[in-house]
Amino acid sequence: MKPPPFKYARPESLDEVLGILSEYGDKARVLAGGQSLIPLLNFRLARPAVLVDIVLVTELRRLVVERGMLRVGAAVTQNAVERSSEVARFCPLLKKALPFVGHLQNRMRGTVAGSIAHADPAAEMPAVALALGATMVVRSATGVRQIPADRFFLGPFTTALAQDEILMEVRFPASKKTRAAVAEVAPRSGDFAIAGVAGELVTTRAGKVRDVSLALFGVGGSPQRLGEVEARLEGQRVTGDLLDQVAALTRRTARADSEDVHADAAYRARVSGELVRRALVEMTR
Amino acid sequence: MKPVRQPAGRLPVSMSVNGRPVELTVDARRLLVDVLREDLGLTGTHIGCEQGSCGACTVLVEGRPVRSCIMLGVQADGCDVTTVEGITPEDGLNPMQQAFREHHGLQCGFCTPGFLTTLAGVTADEYPDEESVRELLSGNLCRCTGYEGIVDAVMAAWGRDR
Repeated sequence: MKPPPFKYARPESLDEVLGILSEYGDKARVLAGGQSLIPLLNFRLARPAVLVDIVLVTELRRLVVERGMLRVGAAVTQNAVERSSEVARFCPLLKKALPFVGHLQNRMRGTVAGSIAHADPAAEMPAVALALGATMVVRSATGVRQIPADRFFLGPFTTALAQDEILMEVRFPASKKTRAAVAEVAPRSGDFAIAGVAGELVTTRAGKVRDVSLALFGVGGSPQRLGEVEARLEGQRVTGDLLDQVAALTRRTARADSEDVHADAAYRARVSGELVRRALVEMTR
Repeated sequence: MKPVRQPAGRLPVSMSVNGRPVELTVDARRLLVDVLREDLGLTGTHIGCEQGSCGACTVLVEGRPVRSCIMLGVQADGCDVTTVEGITPEDGLNPMQQAFREHHGLQCGFCTPGFLTTLAGVTADEYPDEESVRELLSGNLCRCTGYEGIVDAVMAAWGRDR
């Protein structure tokens, strides 16, 4: 179908964006790349009165490393992040995960922040934000809030963002972890994942795991850290036995409640154990 | 691209389409693909899924492939847009089109403009092997060929054995 009628604005300053958001409240939506929002309009699942396009807001187009943080502005496209050499150096997991996001044509327009604000349960970016301990910088006409990833994702398509707020910037801590992996099952490359895991770690010179973080996506309504699995791996050498134990622990502790035409929750729990195994094998090879 | 300070339901858009300057006024909700097909009569760009999955509507914006069914016409203000008409010579076919023809890269042809524009927006050296070519092509659906002919065509056009 076609989108329902709406009004469109394209201000140059963040203040103007916030002014429109506070004036129209829940009738306004922020438009960045539109790769999630415009399909929703086409399906008429969203019927905003006003779209506020942020493409011209200079301060939302920054992609910089500053004081140990990779700062990705709300209008920075996934393709720009994917191609950045600083991202490859400071956030290897983010770099690794981006090719899994939609297809090339989507990543040309889609933004990292947009994917995080949209909070699709099957999306990679929210899980990467959670695994990396990213912080969402959120603005409204009345002030700024910083929300850590573990308090940002509240459920399917639901975040801690208020109606009059915009996710202005995502800050990823520059990582010292050298190994990163994403493993997922999807009907086709680039489709939404049925289940997946994003993770990173470092190994000591003796080959033992240090500082591992793992986050599942597609399995439940929000991305989830695998705390018990991480604790089990810490300080260990990754052997076949340990991988078996960790896969079983993942199956047991994953909160699997997503079900759709592709797979039931039990499959998602089962496959997440296998995906964690694959990710760990890739990271410790 | 000009700022739009007050929210508006209809807006002026100026862009370059296939190298030709175009000025028109469109509804804010008008999709870029409908601007191209309905307002400008460029029907080579097709509408398949209308949700950003199938790739039939792929066009080049600023030289890079995007899905015109999930981009608004107003978002193309000030942009260079190239459709399949813009990559087709006056006479005959371009080398990629010729390769599609020779390697059975199409049957019904509905998806073909999307494949051709996607390929026109990348360079061969970004996709050095067959696996990466298949990954690139995963953003375009073809229900006829089974993709083998399409991959053959791309590999041939890029001067590779398969």
